[in-house]
Amino acid sequence: MVQINSEKLNIAGKTLAEYLATTNYDPKRIAVECNGDIVPKAQYEETFLKDGDIVEVVSFVGGG
Amino acid sequence: MIPTKEEWNKALSERYGEDIQKKFSYATVAICGLGGLGSNIAIALARAGIGKLILIDFDRVDITNLHRQQYKANQIGIFKTEALSGSLKEIAPYIDLETHTVRIREDNAAELLKTADIICEAFDEAECKAMLTNLVLETMPDKYLIAASGMAGMSSANTIQTRKISKRFYLCGDGSSDASETGSFISSRVMLCAAHQAHTVLRILAEKFEV
Repeated sequence: MVQINSEKLNIAGKTLAEYLATTNYDPKRIAVECNGDIVPKAQYEETFLKDGDIVEVVSFVGGG
Repeated sequence: MIPTKEEWNKALSERYGEDIQKKFSYATVAICGLGGLGSNIAIALARAGIGKLILIDFDRVDITNLHRQQYKANQIGIFKTEALSGSLKEIAPYIDLETHTVRIREDNAAELLKTADIICEAFDEAECKAMLTNLVLETMPDKYLIAASGMAGMSSANTIQTRKISKRFYLCGDGSSDASETGSFISSRVMLCAAHQAHTVLRILAEKFEV
């Protein structure tokens, strides 16, 4: 299981890009951390999610 | 009568203790965007005795800013960097200010932020927030980033929080209140989020890293 924003999902083996494509996140408004490290934007397609990974997708809303 | 620098530092030192006062006074904090968040963060940090602020914004003060941003009616039309510097020097006469009246982009951020210990993301647009967050976390591994997301509207003050996302990345706000959905910003709620960001800066400098 992969934990994404506190939710446990059965998506081990998928890439981060494949997971994000199944969501409503706007790719231009997010930053993604995996196990405490930023995932560079250029590496979403080659980042394979593994069992036990803890992923945080930070999706920004406007305002400041 | 404006106090001398020695009197100023002594007064702060008596409040916080010399150790904390020194940590604050040796710190350089960059504030990216000087709107409702950035102007309030800057004032809180100047009052606390931060040694140097790097203030970055391309925009001028507009009448539509005054309901939530720390500018005055007689500052309309001037650059926010200039207007805020003037106010900060009145509040904290010995603070060191570096201003950049530019738009922060991927190709100039490294140069603008190179001397900062801690970076506050205080932009308005979600895409800009994400750009800076990715850039800092990918390319500036020695710096702390305190970003903000979700402070619009009239929801409860108690929903504004600070989260520690990873070792050097903190996120303040309620995470969801978008101006385009909630209509507008209320000064008090924007100030709450700015206060969370400023307080996180001071806690990091005081080596209190948990939230």
